[in-house]
Amino acid sequence: MSRKNALDLHIPAPNARPGDKPNFSGWTFPEPGDTPRPDIDASPSELRDYAYGLIRVLDMEGNALGAWAPHLDPETLRRGLKYMILTRAFDDRMYRAQRQGKTSFYMQSFGEEAISVAQSMVLSPEDMCFPSYRQQGLLIARDYPIVEMMNQIYSNKRDPMRGRQLPVMYSSKKDGFFTISGNLATQVPQAVGWAMASAYSGDVRIAATWLGDGSTAEGDFHAAMTFAAVYRAPVIINVVNNQYAISSFQGIAGGENTTFAARGVGYGMAPLRVDGNDFLAVYAVTQWAAERARANLGPTLIEHFTYRGGPHSTSDDPSRYRPADEGRSWPLGDPLERLKQHLISIGEWSDDQHRAAQEAAVEQVREAGREAEKDGVLGAEGAHSAQSMFEDVYKEMPWHLQEQRKQLEV
Amino acid sequence: MATMTMIQALNSALDTMMARDSRVLTFGEDVGYFGGVFKVTEHLQEKYGAKRCFDAPINECGIAGTAIGMAVYGLRPVIEIQFADYMYPAYDQLVSEAARIRYRSANDFTVPMTVRMPYGGGIYGGQTHSQSPEALFTHVAGLKTVIPATPYDAKGLLISAIEDDDPVIFLEPKRVYNGPFDGRRDRPVIPWSKHPASEVPEGYYKIPLGKANIVREGSEMTILSYGTMVHVALAATEDSGIDAEVIDLRTLLPVDIEAIKTSVQKTGRCVILHEATRTSGYGAELAALVQEHCFYHLEAPIERVTGFDTPYPHALEWEYFPTPPRIIKAMRRAMEA
Repeated sequence: MSRKNALDLHIPAPNARPGDKPNFSGWTFPEPGDTPRPDIDASPSELRDYAYGLIRVLDMEGNALGAWAPHLDPETLRRGLKYMILTRAFDDRMYRAQRQGKTSFYMQSFGEEAISVAQSMVLSPEDMCFPSYRQQGLLIARDYPIVEMMNQIYSNKRDPMRGRQLPVMYSSKKDGFFTISGNLATQVPQAVGWAMASAYSGDVRIAATWLGDGSTAEGDFHAAMTFAAVYRAPVIINVVNNQYAISSFQGIAGGENTTFAARGVGYGMAPLRVDGNDFLAVYAVTQWAAERARANLGPTLIEHFTYRGGPHSTSDDPSRYRPADEGRSWPLGDPLERLKQHLISIGEWSDDQHRAAQEAAVEQVREAGREAEKDGVLGAEGAHSAQSMFEDVYKEMPWHLQEQRKQLEV
Repeated sequence: MATMTMIQALNSALDTMMARDSRVLTFGEDVGYFGGVFKVTEHLQEKYGAKRCFDAPINECGIAGTAIGMAVYGLRPVIEIQFADYMYPAYDQLVSEAARIRYRSANDFTVPMTVRMPYGGGIYGGQTHSQSPEALFTHVAGLKTVIPATPYDAKGLLISAIEDDDPVIFLEPKRVYNGPFDGRRDRPVIPWSKHPASEVPEGYYKIPLGKANIVREGSEMTILSYGTMVHVALAATEDSGIDAEVIDLRTLLPVDIEAIKTSVQKTGRCVILHEATRTSGYGAELAALVQEHCFYHLEAPIERVTGFDTPYPHALEWEYFPTPPRIIKAMRRAMEA
């Protein structure tokens, strides 16, 4: 039998593996400032090209260029930079705390700080965020006390989640931060429903949600895209394309064939693709999408093109699946360094100020750490009464839980 | 008072709650203009507008997921899953999300939503329109599961479900939507209008969740059941001549353990009846509860009469369905033990 026409199964593979040189060939990016800024009422069909380009404001020398430059006052820029510095210092400390056995698990947002910090600053504190697990910058930029975050990470006696959730699965309704699930992409249709409810109620608040490149393969994402488009929900759906789902490169989620922003095209949703390491560009596209949602013009899908600087979590070692220096070679740089450079280039910041800000952040985190540890770290005895396990399963405890609770009594 | 079928009673419950509370809205596949494939939402769009009663895309994950978001916002969504058999794409949203959001957020966020689903067989629906998935919900911490058997109960229980601050799975026995079908399929269909429980108040009333109903008092044995099977149990009792006490559980979780205990301790015999598959079915939980709470009062082994552990077979559904003759055999075994 002739094998001439035999089929062959394609299994996507990244350009480089451990031991290889980082290889970003095949990727082309528009120049900073080159992408026009459409009106917020542009129809999704007019916006198709944005799904395949890349909105960039900062060049690699720190200049803000083009129509998307948000023209923020220096104080706002410094605030953004300080939140990013604090987020990074917090991550660094908590990563080490896990290594020291103070908690079971941690997830850093190293390299992705611009996204959550800039977006948190654009959104109103009343808007509701439905995050995934790498958006700690949202809370930090909403001035949520970092000691509370540590209490949660340590599951200690002041843990607002009462020791029930994995570390980093924060929740704070008053800060517009929805309880993190840990199951992937489930928050996306929920954000759409929340936004539909806001529109139904004649409210002015909008919703925003985040998921990773890998999670876009989940059915929930596609359900959410359908509902958001059908009902024109006032929601911003953010795909943080950090190139990796644990060890799988974004090609496994479909990134080899198209962009993640292009998912919006098929659903008739406004798609934007942005340099996620460019604080100003992220800020500007979020303003655009929020303004569009608030004007009842419907949802926006934003792909943030970035790079996961650290491991997925404390449970994996990236040197086993990607080149060790890939992050350092990332063509779009480090978001924190790039905003610093911009502030310096406009004469509103200096290396000394930067060093001082970093030291202040480290000290703030250290101080919060001391305070949190006073209330214990994971495994400290008596942090939570065993009885508390049965509370909040329902509003009122049904008989069978009362009976099970009694079984715990000695 | 008006005479209503179960469909009309459910429609009346939604109507009553939508009139009372602007936070109540309903959506699902075909529920808007058309009023649902079983007509439970008929005229609601006309009366309350499209924003409060609308069609949803065919995506149960999206229906459940968006309803969770709405409930988190502060609304009280009532969603319809067209057939309980279609709920599997929504299962993760119901089990991992709706059920746990109060717990995982330490009471910060809550999900007051109601998930309506027609369930059960006996309508020649084949394997994908006949299932009884109640045990897949009673196994989940954080959900409540309710199944009415009559129009009167359907309305009162649905209103309680909508007002409940936790997510409620509301399974509707579609075989008794239009009449109290008792499993004797060789006899003419009886309409609800001939049944006293079709007398339904037009206004607001509630039947509390977690409370069973003794539909027939008896002294020789207890039959535990719910939904369609309550009517089948009554028919079997009548045909058998055995003086059975028939309990309609109405809420499966939290179940009315006091009603079960009081009855079984009195009668000393227990037959459990459901249409769902047998292994790990809700009857297994009931049998365990009866054993734990009534062991020293039992005169006979607990009997289970259930659907078989097969998919629901289209042409053989009357062999699958637990009809009175099968139930009577189990009742006799319990009496003779």
